[in-house]
Amino acid sequence: MMSTETQPSQVAPNEKPVPPKKPEETPVELPVFEKGLSDKITGKFGDKVEVAFVIEDRVRINVGRENVHDVAEFIRDELNFDHVESVSGVDFPKEKEIEVVYHIGSYTDSSLSRQIIVLATRAQREDNPIPGQDATKLPTLRDIFYSVEFHEREIFEMFGVFFEGHPDNRRLLLPEDWADLPPLRKDFDSRGR
Amino acid sequence: MLKDLVTPENANVFVGKLGDILEKAIDKPLGYAINWGRIWSLWPVHIETACCSVEFGAASSPRYDVERFGIIEAFGSLRQCDLVVVQGTITRKMAPRLRLVYDQMPEPKYVIAMGACAITGGLYFDSYNVLPGIDGVIPVDVYVPGCPPRPETLIQGCILLQEKIKRMKARKFV
Amino acid sequence: MATEIMPGLALQKVDERIMTLNVGPQHPGSGHMRIVVQIDGDYIVACDPDPGYVHRGEEKMAEYRNYITNIPHLERPVIHDSCNVLYPYVLGAEELLGIEVPERAKYVRVIASELNRCIYIMYWLAIYGIFLGHSTMFMWPAGDREFLIDLMEKMSGARVTHAHFVPGGVRNDLPANFEDVCLRHVNYFEKRIKEYAAVFYDNPILISRTQDTGVLSKHDAIRLGTTGSVLRASGVDYDLRIKEPYDVYDELDIHTNVMKEGDAYARSRIPWLDMLESCNIIRQALQKMPKSGSVRTKLKPNPKTKGPATVYKRVESGRGSLGCYIVSDGKTEPYRLKLSVPSFRNLIALPHLLKGEKLGNMPSVYWSLNYWPVEADR
Repeated sequence: MMSTETQPSQVAPNEKPVPPKKPEETPVELPVFEKGLSDKITGKFGDKVEVAFVIEDRVRINVGRENVHDVAEFIRDELNFDHVESVSGVDFPKEKEIEVVYHIGSYTDSSLSRQIIVLATRAQREDNPIPGQDATKLPTLRDIFYSVEFHEREIFEMFGVFFEGHPDNRRLLLPEDWADLPPLRKDFDSRGR
Repeated sequence: MLKDLVTPENANVFVGKLGDILEKAIDKPLGYAINWGRIWSLWPVHIETACCSVEFGAASSPRYDVERFGIIEAFGSLRQCDLVVVQGTITRKMAPRLRLVYDQMPEPKYVIAMGACAITGGLYFDSYNVLPGIDGVIPVDVYVPGCPPRPETLIQGCILLQEKIKRMKARKFV
Repeated sequence: MATEIMPGLALQKVDERIMTLNVGPQHPGSGHMRIVVQIDGDYIVACDPDPGYVHRGEEKMAEYRNYITNIPHLERPVIHDSCNVLYPYVLGAEELLGIEVPERAKYVRVIASELNRCIYIMYWLAIYGIFLGHSTMFMWPAGDREFLIDLMEKMSGARVTHAHFVPGGVRNDLPANFEDVCLRHVNYFEKRIKEYAAVFYDNPILISRTQDTGVLSKHDAIRLGTTGSVLRASGVDYDLRIKEPYDVYDELDIHTNVMKEGDAYARSRIPWLDMLESCNIIRQALQKMPKSGSVRTKLKPNPKTKGPATVYKRVESGRGSLGCYIVSDGKTEPYRLKLSVPSFRNLIALPHLLKGEKLGNMPSVYWSLNYWPVEADR
């Protein structure tokens, strides 16, 4: 499911003049604390999760859509992360997938206050979307992180990703009579409309 | 006195005459007075549409104090307003509401398009949800350019509108 | 209760006793949004915020513009806080483009960012005052913020839309004699805002209208993912300037203001305390700033990123933590840009807070959320 070729890869923030390399060649020593976080997740879920990068303050985990609920629950219960800062969708039309990225942070645990866990999952993409009725579906994380409620509503109207189990999948920002493609998809060209 | 003059027989004639006199008076001698009254009662509707409302608020601040011109007073109900200052971008969701607000206002009513977005779409010319100017929604009297316009520009726009009203035929709306 | 007509559209069947009331978008108390409240007598039983009246598609537009031409439109969501709303984008773009920022530029950024925070909070305070019927509290902040706007105008050339931060530093150097003028203005400003306590914050009318209304408990503030003044008014000590310092904030001595009550009064007092703190930060930054040096690393026209990468940067803006998630595919334009704005994050607290409140308390609760609708809609 996860295709690694075009997956946006790691760029270590503090190494400015180094020419771009493939991440696996770069001999970076991973930050210890963040490595501990990612090890806890990989220790629990094994090869169901894929650690995309571990850099200072940021850990990115790629998960298949069938495991995202469990991983999120683990992140909340065992790792003490308690709120979602941002939910972003990224459209990848060539791979026929839409990526949904959760940025999860923590207020309660002061050792985690710098950390953001980037939890990415992918939904199947349809070329002719019927939002809510096609296969572009993901399980909602609202029962785990209450703060995703409005964010997921926004993703639903902007990308057409239906969140199963979300109590309120209504339209939020777009006009009521919007009958076009979900506007943040790549095949929606905003010029000339 | 007046009661004695008007009888059921001549009531129509009398009232008709009065109407003729009034109609003629509105054009010349009274027209100036009516327009003068309109100039100093330009009260805007409280409808904020986008970020230009920051500078609209700043125009009421003590430094600029637009109320010293007797215009852009504190906000009332839209039934008592005669000015719409469209403060910036009109999105597709806001456009029907703007029209609804405009339609509910009593005549005469004037419109100031404030900011580049309200005039042509401005910075958002290629956005999917922004109208390219509000001319298609409501008729505009004065355009105030800028992104956002400084409060001085807004004041100048209001003074331009006053001069426009001065030259208007008062009868148009009576 | 709710019948589903089609996916994404539910019809709410309500009791006859309950009245549905539209507040906004043409309403003096709503700003650029609509709040659908259901009231039972005088009490709000349900509230459904309906934002999106200023949704301008900034995130889609960003995909058509390169990293420099994205600057002007990305500051439009909050034009009176324009330096702070650009800050995470500029930090992210710097990381993607791989440029260093000169030391002096970092200090200029901190000064501009703190000045902008004050300008934003003063405008918010003016609006909060006028919506509570306190005309003095509109006139005083609206007048006093002009001094700071003068400073920013000296620095950048524009009243509110500065576009002063660029990837690689700031657009131009400080004008001659700026430090002295800035110090003088800031000292006067600090003296002036301390007077607000007597006329506004100690005012028994304000206290009776805001105290114990719209109480957000600490647990709920964390669960709802609120941020900024809303979070700190509920007793969570979280300020990104301290927790995750960016640029030179780690060299400055910063204190956060935390209140335990979590009511509308605490939420309205925290921004005012933040302004006093900002004055301290500006004074420190003016003192520590290198007196000369470059303020901008020049970029090539149409700069390209180093390759496919993602970056998530966040700063503490006038309303709370503001994040920017940029996905780059090595081209001159961002592949995807997402602004995670504090207003949108705090909006979820509104239905939660208004439930059970009196309708008359709606303005004091709604505007205490430090909410700017244009930013939430993007």
